Amino acid sequence: MTAKVRVATTSLAGCFGCHMSFLDIDERILPLLERVTLDRSPLTDQKHAGPCAVGLVEGGVCNEDNLHVLREFRAQCQVLVAVGACAINGGLPAQRNHFEVGDLLRRVYTEEPGLTRRVVPDDPELPLLFDKVRPLHELVKVDYFIPGCPPPAEAFWAFLSDLLDGKEPRLPKGAIRYD
Amino acid sequence: MRSASDILNAHRGDPTRLVQILRDAQHACGNWLPARVLSEIARGLGLPRARVEGVAGFYAFLNLKPVGRFRVLVSDNVTDRFAGSAETCGALCQRLGVKRGHVRSDGRVSVDFTSCTGLCDQGPALLVNGLAIPQVTGERLDQVVRLIEADTPVDEWPADLRRVQDGVRLQGPVLGATLEPGAALHRVLHASPDDVLATLKDSKLRGRGGAGFPVATKWETCRTAPGDSVVVCNADEGEPGTFKDRALLMRRADLVVEGMTIAARFTGATQGFIYLRGEYEFLLPHLNEVLSKRRAAKLLGTGICGDRGFDFDVDVHLGAGAYVCGEETALLESLEGKRGVPRHRPPFPVTHGYLGRPTTVNNVETYADAAVIFGLGLEAWKALGTEQSSGSKLLSIAGDVERPGIFEVPWGTTVREVLKLAGAGSVKAVQVGGPSGELISPKELDRRIAFEDLPCAGAIAVFNESRDLLEVVVNYAHFFAHESCGFCTPCRVGTHVATRSLDKLRQGRGSSAELAELGTLTRLLRDTSHCGLGNTAPNAWRHYLDKFPDDLARRLQAGFVPAFDVDAALVAARTARGETP
Ligand SMILES: Cc1cc2nc3c(=O)[nH]c(=O)nc-3n(C[C@H](O)[C@H](O)[C@H](O)COP(=O)(O)O)c2cc1C
Ligand code: SF4
Ligand code: SF4
Repeated sequence: MTAKVRVATTSLAGCFGCHMSFLDIDERILPLLERVTLDRSPLTDQKHAGPCAVGLVEGGVCNEDNLHVLREFRAQCQVLVAVGACAINGGLPAQRNHFEVGDLLRRVYTEEPGLTRRVVPDDPELPLLFDKVRPLHELVKVDYFIPGCPPPAEAFWAFLSDLLDGKEPRLPKGAIRYD
Repeated sequence: MRSASDILNAHRGDPTRLVQILRDAQHACGNWLPARVLSEIARGLGLPRARVEGVAGFYAFLNLKPVGRFRVLVSDNVTDRFAGSAETCGALCQRLGVKRGHVRSDGRVSVDFTSCTGLCDQGPALLVNGLAIPQVTGERLDQVVRLIEADTPVDEWPADLRRVQDGVRLQGPVLGATLEPGAALHRVLHASPDDVLATLKDSKLRGRGGAGFPVATKWETCRTAPGDSVVVCNADEGEPGTFKDRALLMRRADLVVEGMTIAARFTGATQGFIYLRGEYEFLLPHLNEVLSKRRAAKLLGTGICGDRGFDFDVDVHLGAGAYVCGEETALLESLEGKRGVPRHRPPFPVTHGYLGRPTTVNNVETYADAAVIFGLGLEAWKALGTEQSSGSKLLSIAGDVERPGIFEVPWGTTVREVLKLAGAGSVKAVQVGGPSGELISPKELDRRIAFEDLPCAGAIAVFNESRDLLEVVVNYAHFFAHESCGFCTPCRVGTHVATRSLDKLRQGRGSSAELAELGTLTRLLRDTSHCGLGNTAPNAWRHYLDKFPDDLARRLQAGFVPAFDVDAALVAARTARGETP
């Protein structure tokens, strides 16, 4: 048997829906894990990615930390994949792009009724927000895009199977979804 | 002020005239179309309200929101850019106290850019409430500002300010034709269809609007298709940098209508249209005058030339700022009062065109050429040109030349000869045939303007050593993204994605990733778009990437660079936190 392939996954400005959909491959996860070792991933709770063959990224880039993680993935993964509408277009979180981020922070943290401490959170631990939520490919080179919100389990399965078989990945027709 | 019902009556309550009705209604309502008026028009025409609003929303010159009572649009073709259109726009905004893209608080004026207005030889040019104002710099710019501040309606502005030159620099058999009105028509009046067809075939006349389809085949297919046929003259001239139809319509409108009438005689059409681009509204009075004179001379109307069975008349329809309406099926949709979305082909217009009837659609120049062929005889025509490209071609030359304007040359003339005629100095590149045509390098100047080598619908834009070619390509890409009708995804999305990659290259942030993206988009647009707009949108960047590797190389980064300045994008959040950025 050949060595297992390392795969990392992460969620940036996403909802984990893409990860949940990935898990919808159900029992096929067992044969998959015979060929794959999960590296950094919410499923392993490993905090940093090591050298990997594939990195799957859910969610767009809304703050500094997202960018940091994305750059780590890009540096460590041979093949970087933008997974889902948020990673590809910014998706739902990008709805805030219609507003000025400074305004938003002030309105939410200092003007909304019922607040006790009216300050924009300034703990240095908190990552700074970007002015806009951006798709991955505006920040790093992305090798593949798997559309859908979330992409169906079938898309993850087909994509990874092809890649592991050394084929150019092709999604079957029903697995290409834009909703 | 005209009411909606007056306007509807003037157009006989005919829904196919919807674009014309909306233009008139907008004029009567202070330059925009309030919801109430749209509803009235919908009711009056018996159309769904959504259909009327959908049509109004399609055209750049129809406004669903208030614009200034003086709507000033600055022509933004790349040669206009290089001639100072951005400065003109900036000066106008500053002098009039208005931000570009906004309406001044008193509602009097708004200023914005628009696609090429076909006045590249007389730029920087404006459209003010649809009327062309060429050469707006210096004193003429002061004058425009004064007239707007004095609230003088545009139709009352000094004729001198509104005067457009025909720009003809070199005449050939078409621009120089001294045929009397009716002379060519009389020649076909008594000829049999077979004889006319034989002459057309022998002349090898091919369409002048871009695709170069043989005229004989088109006319004959239309003639034999069942149904009442229609003759349409495509005067949309939307390809940036093309302004030769403007000159023909100013100087030889008679010849154009004569060509249409010959087509009508041959195909049996009784109805004809000239689809005139909105930007050329200033030509409307002249065209209508030519048409009435011809009616008076029995060259149009019923019983043409005393032949009781020969009825044909022509109506001018104005477009409203949509490049795609130059595509013949989109044009027909627009003529029928719809959004200018290209149709599925086949069936082609020759069998199923205007209202499903057989329709001959030809370019302005094609009709003029046909009239010249029948008027002056085949021999004179065939003496000019090449094997596959007979006769002459009108070129509109602009950009970095001493003598911009219209040159009628024999097909087969080399680019080098053309540049010499127009007085070009150092040449970095020449765009032949407009953004959808071919960008050529100085190595290719001996190529011939002919269907066999470099086909050209008319536009020649010359760029000298000082010009940034990527700026040219970026301008064209933005043009296509703006003009995409949105019907099919490859073009609607692809043209926009391309502008982002190209903008990135232009900002010096591009790398091999952007080149790969542009390569993918080239194939996608070329192979899967619904119409010629999407198919040809990649041409300019493709030629740039292929033919100007050195220009490109100095802009490329070794590795991937983000599309934007990451630190600058954090400033707003830092400031909100009270940090000094
Ligand atoms: C996006 C697009 C724009 C076009 N614009 C024009 C135009 O402005 N004028 C024109 O004559 N043909 C234009 N054409 C070509 C027409 O579809 C059609 O081929 C032409 O009017 C036929 O006339 P011809 O055979 O005399 O050239 C355009 C085509 C496309 C795809
Ligand atoms: S694409 Fe949809 S499912 Fe995936 S992270 Fe975004 S919102 Fe969630
Ligand atoms: S290619 Fe572009 S312009 Fe043509 S139909 Fe598609 S979207 Fe419309």
